[in-house]
Amino acid sequence: MPSLRSRLVTLVGWLALVGVIATVWLGLFVTPDAVGFPDGLVRLLYVHPPMAWVAFVAYGMAFLSSLLYLWPRTRDMRFDRLAGASAEVGVVFTGLTLVTGSLWGRPTWGVWWTWDPLLTTTALLFVLYLGYLALRRVPGDPEAVAGRSAIAALIAFVDVPVVYFSVSWWRSLHQAPTVDFTGRHLYVHGSMAWTMLLGFVSFTLAYAWMTARRYRLASLAVQQEDEGLAHAIAERRAEGRVLV
Amino acid sequence: MLRDAALVAGKDLRIELRSRVALNQVVPFAAAVVLLFGLALGPDRSVLAPAAAGLFWIAVLLSALLATQRSFAVESADGARDGLRLSGLDPAGIFLGKVGAVVAELLVLEVLLAFGVAVLYGAHLAGALVLLGSCLAASIGLGAVGIVYGAVASGLRVRETLLPLLILPVAAPVLLGATKAWDEALRGTPSHALGWLSLLAVFAVVYVAIGVVAFGPLLEDA
Amino acid sequence: MAPAAVRLREAVALAGHFPLLAGVSFEIDEGEVALVRGPNGAGKTSLLRLCCGLLALRSGEGTVLGHDLSKDRRGVRRHVGLLGHQSLLYEELTVEENLRFALRASGSPADRAPAAVLRLGLTGRLGSTPVGRLSAGQRRRTALAVLLARDPGLWLLDEPHAGLDQEGRELLDELVAEARARGRTVLMCSHEHDRAAALSDRVIWMVGGRIVKEPVGVA
Repeated sequence: MPSLRSRLVTLVGWLALVGVIATVWLGLFVTPDAVGFPDGLVRLLYVHPPMAWVAFVAYGMAFLSSLLYLWPRTRDMRFDRLAGASAEVGVVFTGLTLVTGSLWGRPTWGVWWTWDPLLTTTALLFVLYLGYLALRRVPGDPEAVAGRSAIAALIAFVDVPVVYFSVSWWRSLHQAPTVDFTGRHLYVHGSMAWTMLLGFVSFTLAYAWMTARRYRLASLAVQQEDEGLAHAIAERRAEGRVLV
Repeated sequence: MLRDAALVAGKDLRIELRSRVALNQVVPFAAAVVLLFGLALGPDRSVLAPAAAGLFWIAVLLSALLATQRSFAVESADGARDGLRLSGLDPAGIFLGKVGAVVAELLVLEVLLAFGVAVLYGAHLAGALVLLGSCLAASIGLGAVGIVYGAVASGLRVRETLLPLLILPVAAPVLLGATKAWDEALRGTPSHALGWLSLLAVFAVVYVAIGVVAFGPLLEDA
Repeated sequence: MAPAAVRLREAVALAGHFPLLAGVSFEIDEGEVALVRGPNGAGKTSLLRLCCGLLALRSGEGTVLGHDLSKDRRGVRRHVGLLGHQSLLYEELTVEENLRFALRASGSPADRAPAAVLRLGLTGRLGSTPVGRLSAGQRRRTALAVLLARDPGLWLLDEPHAGLDQEGRELLDELVAEARARGRTVLMCSHEHDRAAALSDRVIWMVGGRIVKEPVGVA
């Protein structure tokens, strides 16, 4: 009999799946094309901003749980697993944000990449959190890994506003400002607004489902290690019996 | 805490003075980087001079990686963390001391490198106050991030490859701020650099604060 | 009865997923000299590292000189001294500089340094030689001088006789005996069994990360 929590996670997963399919359907076939944009390009609007949003939510969650882990009174390995799971999902969505942003950029600006502040910040975030995940993967004592990862998550998240601020300042001072996302006075209305909202909701649900599953996987890995540990201690003790 | 910081900084600088690794290895390394940029971009001074500030700071950033790695290498070999933990020193003091020593080394490097850039790229050094101010603030920021991550990675077998990946993206604002401040100074408009200087200062303050708070748990559990 | 200097209850310590210590329980009284014996890989070094707060206690309990091993490891470290396989000295600094740094770092009075240097025979030109240029035995003596000058409440000696010449070993024995007379607690492991046993009040046998009662079949 699956627990209430695992049934809830499954429900969220189904909702996310239905939501994403509905977003795709509405985005591709129901909503009108926007005037003044290359053919069909505006339909990226239903996936790109929700992905960027989810990435940011994921990093915020990783930051919060790292903080909770570092705080002595709430120190708990569960927060470490949550931070890791959330950051991992965040990196996936950051990657998707970059890809969709690039797809947007090619027809709009004529280039795959532009040093737009948001895009540049996102790219820096991507490598920043790849570093965090690389650090997490270095083996060691579980508490040591959790401690240093939490501090790295803290440093990374504090860096986000500083990076964004400096990059946008850098771009605004000496170059002509680039066309930003709303530069063409896109008027979001009716079915477009609803589809966009649905996109945000279903991608957030997808984030929740992925993080919960990843968290569960990490918990199972820890459980397996703990069982292995009991075995290892028994084995270590038996060394004595053989010799004595 | 400050007493411990002075003790650690004094010890690290004394080791540097005696071993001359910073002078004999890091400075020549930075010089090689600056030379190679010249080769990559060609001998045209009209290309090199405008890029001087950025190239200078890239060279400093790469050297800062070496300096922080060195800062933990001087702690007895693989027992770096053991030695520091057993020393009985206040962790915040260790952090501040190590940052202080790295900042002092970076400042010397920056002065030497600035002359190198002036000669090789034909950059006209102007606005000394802004140049020095941004050097100081940027070095403190780089040193603080470097020492925190240096402690994170110390004792890990993958530290040489992991450390640059951890430090470089976080240091991006320092690169931007310091480059822009230098650009303004070299162009003869140092008053435009004040915003960038304050960005560097904020970065330095934030990461020194994080280091002071985080170094204890880092040394203890991580 | 003197309070226990070291008290461990079912102490478990890990390296990754390998249990270095698989449930260790014992007590040493203050002023006692205890020798840990056992085959290679029994967990002797791990036990010493646990007692100076370098190795984390994964489960079980432990106190050292009244400081809790899981809650107050910094407090523990201030009151113990470890003479380990790694000397934890700075190669580029001289003997005297190393000593001065260690004493100032631990907040011990600096005026003890000259006596310690004299005692270990590190006077004159040796004192101003960078440690990196010393022989292994001389480094050992330097590390011992640091320990003697700090004179912590608990001395943890990991193979203290290794690398010392005959004269050095005798000196070490004297220093341990004097420390005991001053009421210091000493926990050591050494493969110089007879020499170490003569110094010790009792012997603790370890095999497979545990304390065993009977030393049958143990090297």
